[in-house]
Amino acid sequence: MDFLLDILSGIFLAGGSFFCLTGALGLLRFPEFFSRIHAASLTDTLGASLILIGLMLQAGWGLALPKLILILIFSLLAGTTASHAMAKAALKSGLKPIDQIGSGEKGTEEQKK
Amino acid sequence: METLIDIVLLGFLVLTALAVAKMQDLFAVVMLSGIYSLISASLFMDLDAVDVAFTEASVGAGISTLLMLASLKLVGQYEKHSRYRPMLALGVVLATGTLLIYGTLDMPHFGSAEAPVHQHVAPRYLNDSMAEIGVPNVVTSVLASYRGYDTLGETLVVFTAGIGVISLLRVSRRTKEEEKRRVPADMQQQIILRVVAKMMLPLILIFALYVQFHGDYGPGGGFQAGVIFAAGIILYTMLYGLSNASRVFKPHILELFSALGVLLYAGVGVLCILMGGNFLEYGVLEHDPVDGQHLGILLVELGVGITVASVMITIFFKFTWRTVKHKYNK
Amino acid sequence: MNILGLYNYWIVVVLMMIGFYIVIAHENLIKKLVGLSIFQTSVFFFYISMGKITGATAPILDEKWQLYSNPLPHVLILTAIVVGIATTALGLALVVRIQEAYGSIEEYEIQAQDTQDQMESHLEAYGFRKKHALSPSNIDQ
Repeated sequence: MDFLLDILSGIFLAGGSFFCLTGALGLLRFPEFFSRIHAASLTDTLGASLILIGLMLQAGWGLALPKLILILIFSLLAGTTASHAMAKAALKSGLKPIDQIGSGEKGTEEQKK
Repeated sequence: METLIDIVLLGFLVLTALAVAKMQDLFAVVMLSGIYSLISASLFMDLDAVDVAFTEASVGAGISTLLMLASLKLVGQYEKHSRYRPMLALGVVLATGTLLIYGTLDMPHFGSAEAPVHQHVAPRYLNDSMAEIGVPNVVTSVLASYRGYDTLGETLVVFTAGIGVISLLRVSRRTKEEEKRRVPADMQQQIILRVVAKMMLPLILIFALYVQFHGDYGPGGGFQAGVIFAAGIILYTMLYGLSNASRVFKPHILELFSALGVLLYAGVGVLCILMGGNFLEYGVLEHDPVDGQHLGILLVELGVGITVASVMITIFFKFTWRTVKHKYNK
Repeated sequence: MNILGLYNYWIVVVLMMIGFYIVIAHENLIKKLVGLSIFQTSVFFFYISMGKITGATAPILDEKWQLYSNPLPHVLILTAIVVGIATTALGLALVVRIQEAYGSIEEYEIQAQDTQDQMESHLEAYGFRKKHALSPSNIDQ
């Protein structure tokens, strides 16, 4: 039983790390702000949740388990709201998504107030 | 494995510090310093310093970044080009660095248990803390009881910083009608943010109280709790506006509370004198000395938490008032 | 002289020197404050690295563990972090007031304005009228 739990939590941890890495890769490679934030926020939320579930399987029945569940709930709430706030702030200061990659106008970045 | 994490994270820290030195956009510099604090918090966890990691994460990545962003809004975002090449500064820095590295060659290796620092006072604290004070978290027992006098001085430093900021960023006396005028918040359109912040605010404040009173059994204590409480109130202030937040946390009440925390701390010490012991000797507060220690640590940490929370909120309010001042003088 | 044994301290020295360089070579006041906080954090690492014992755990007493890391540096650094944020807040308030008084936060502009003010007050003391646009380099003392 312990061995099964170890393998399962290993799969979750590895999956979470993979998603975080691909999110970072997307953050570096995408051409403009909105696609970057799309990549980073989605994959980061999923990666953090998978890592937390993997840790929950390792923690067993103790004080750490409800704390990890609460951390999962809060990181889902706060992380997604932060990404929304960033996108809304960018829209409000005038940055526009580009229409087509390689053509069309890039959004103009006005200085933030 | 811990050494590997240590090596990699320290490398990240050096890269972040170099990036801070190179950049001219001060907004990016402030964000990088927030990242620097977060990486140092994880490093502190790796080095077994859990209380320190907690404090660094909440203070460095929270309050410090906030205050720097607030002052950036007031002073301007870009650093001007430097007019000369800083050769003398580089020379001084390299010479000092070489001398310091030469000085570290004699130090005991990282992690060795025979280093002189582990020999005299620390084993006594670790061995006797459970019998004398009865609190599992040795850092709390050393902070609040064995070295309680230093913590009183530290609380006074926080209080003095609050007084300094109040006297520097003085708010001119507003007339009654100006106070009554409800200035709408900047963020009236941010509905999602406001709803989520309203949902999370009670949980943040409860978490601050949990950290305050659980500091005896796990990482926590007065400072971290005060900073987390202040961070919750600052979140509310940023989203709902300064005039709304000032109705609940009136400035003169905040100033009163920041003094009250220090008074509580020093008052516990004087109470110990009045009951027959020395200053801050909590054992005389109750019949059983260990119970007296528990009561003393509880009251003292409460005083610290009250002062830190009120001072942080006051400092943020003063900075924010400067940024929205023009809206009140219409 | 094991490299791995002393790696922590060398990185601490490197960080300290980067912070020091930012403080003395850059002229923007906010950048200096950020450099000062980098310097402070490197000193915190120095203390905490000295307190760590390999194979030990955090200093929270438990029956399962025998070896604990040294709690004394942790207490000192806890105090130091809070004092650091207090001085940073005070420094930022000063920077805000300097900006309002001088109009800029670059060190050389502030010093130039100070020198100009000093020159003008000297001129007034010697009886010259303030209307003349005299530059400091033309004055024979």
